[in-house]
Amino acid sequence: MAKHKTPLLDQLESGPWPSFVSDMKQEAEARAKNVNNVEYQIPVDVVEDLLGVLELSFDDGTTHWKHGGIVGVFGYGGGVIGRYCDQPEKFPGVAHFHTIRVAQPSGKFYKTEFLRQLCDLWDFRGSGLTNMHGSTGDIIWLGTTTPQIEEIFYELTHNLNQDLGGSGSNLRTPADCIGQARCEYACYDTQDLCYQLTLDYQDELHRPAFPYKFKFKFDGCPNGCVASIARADMSFIGTWKDEIRIDQDAVGGYVSGDLKPNAGAHSGRDWGAFNIEKEVINLCPTECMRYENGKLEINNRECTRCMHCINVMPRALRPGVQTGCSILVGAKAPILDGAQMGSLLVPFVEVNKESGYEEVKAVIEAIWDYWMEEGKNRERLGELMKRRGFQSLLEAVGIDPIPQHVSEPRHNPYIFWKEDEVEGGWERDVTEYRKHHQR
Amino acid sequence: MEYEEQKQLMIDQLMKKGKTKSKFYFSDLAKILDMKPREAKKVVNKLVEEGILEFWSSGSTSMYGLKGQGKQTAAEHEE
Repeated sequence: MAKHKTPLLDQLESGPWPSFVSDMKQEAEARAKNVNNVEYQIPVDVVEDLLGVLELSFDDGTTHWKHGGIVGVFGYGGGVIGRYCDQPEKFPGVAHFHTIRVAQPSGKFYKTEFLRQLCDLWDFRGSGLTNMHGSTGDIIWLGTTTPQIEEIFYELTHNLNQDLGGSGSNLRTPADCIGQARCEYACYDTQDLCYQLTLDYQDELHRPAFPYKFKFKFDGCPNGCVASIARADMSFIGTWKDEIRIDQDAVGGYVSGDLKPNAGAHSGRDWGAFNIEKEVINLCPTECMRYENGKLEINNRECTRCMHCINVMPRALRPGVQTGCSILVGAKAPILDGAQMGSLLVPFVEVNKESGYEEVKAVIEAIWDYWMEEGKNRERLGELMKRRGFQSLLEAVGIDPIPQHVSEPRHNPYIFWKEDEVEGGWERDVTEYRKHHQR
Repeated sequence: MEYEEQKQLMIDQLMKKGKTKSKFYFSDLAKILDMKPREAKKVVNKLVEEGILEFWSSGSTSMYGLKGQGKQTAAEHEE
C-alpha cells in the first residue's frame, strides 16, 4: 500500500513511454522490501515521500522545493546542491534532499563493477535514485541528508577513486565523446584531453571564482556527438587541415551497391538503389564535390567539414591525416538573450599530448583572464562576447582577426580607431600646426 | 599587503556590509582586496581553508560569506 495517494502521477504511467513514475515506485518498493538488508542511512520511505510531494505539486501547481545553501564538503565550493522541502511535516523523508554531482568517466565508459559500487553506495547513504546522466554529463545522485555528504565524499574519493563534479560558478565537469577509443572519425584523443584538463584545472572545478558557470566539451570530429558547439562555453571540435582521404575503389563499391551507405544504418526500409549524385554530391553544402567518369573529386578548400559525405560513405572517405581541433567559444542555453551557438575562435590548433596540451591551455587561460576581469556577475562568456563585441575578445586573447571570425557583414558604419592604429597617434605639435593654420 | 592584513580587511568589510547582506559574489571580495581575480582567489581560498569564509551555492551560482553569518540552511535564498 503506497504511503501517499498519487492519482495524477499514476495517470502519467498510462502513456506509451517508459515512465519515471514507475521507476520511482519500483525503487520505493525495493527499499521497503530491503532484500539485501542494507542499513539505510536516510529514511527508508524517502522515495514514497518524493512521490507524495510531486503529487502535491501537480495538485496545487507550485513547487515545494527550496534550493541552495552551504551544504557541501569542506574545501569544495561545488558538487553538492542543497535542496529542502517546504512541507517537511507532511514529507519528512525528503525534508533534506540534496543533490550530489559525481564526475562521470571520460566518454562514459563504465565497468559493471563500478556501476554496482556507485549504486550500492547510493542505496546505503542516499535515496537510490539517480539521473544517468545530467545535462552537463555528470552522474547525478538525487536526494540525501546533510550528515551523509562528507561520508559519501570520503567513500567516493578513497574507495571508488572518483571525484565530485562541478556546480555553481565553477568549471563544470568536462565532457567528451567516446573518441579514438571506438570511433574512426575522432581527429584527436578526446578522452585524454578531457581527463588531462580535468586534472590540471582542479582548482577551477572545485573552488568557484568565475562570474558564472563555465563548460568545456570535447568532440572528436565535426559530427559533434556531445554537441559541444551548442552546449559549451568552450568547444573543442576535431578537424583536419589537409585533404579528405578518398578510396576510389570503395566509392565505386557504393555506386555499384556492393557497399551499403551509412554503414547500413538506414536498413529499416527499402530506400531504393544508392544514388551518389542525389545523396552525396547534391547535398554538399558548399557544392565542392563532383563525380565524373567513375571518379570522385573534392575541392577541399571549400569543404566546411559538414561530415555528410564521410558519414554516407565511411569506407570510401576519411578525414585527413593532419588532425587537430577547432576551438569555438560562447555557446549557451537560452536563459538570457536566447540560445547561442559557439563562435569560431581558433580554426585549427594541434592537440599535442607530448607538450601537455600547452597550446590549448594558453587559449583557455587567456579567455578565463578576460572573462574573470570583464564579466559581470552571472554573465556567461557568450553574453560578455555579445556585450563587448568579438573584437574585444580577440584583443584580450591576442588572436589576430581572420576571415573565419566574420559571421556577417558589418552593420555599424563607424570605425573607432585606436591611437596605435593611426600613423602619428593622437599627439601633435601645436607650434608646428599653427605655422600652417591661423587661430 | 600581508595575508594577516588581508584577512582582517576582509573580516572588517564583510562585517560592515553584513548589516544589509551576508552573501557576496567573488568579484565583491576581489574588490575588497583590490586584487586581480586570480591573485584574489589565492587569498580567498586560504580564508575558506582557515574557516573564515564559507561557500554558499544556489546550484548555479556561488557566493561567499563569513562563516556562520546569515541564515544557514533551508531559507538562505529568501534573504
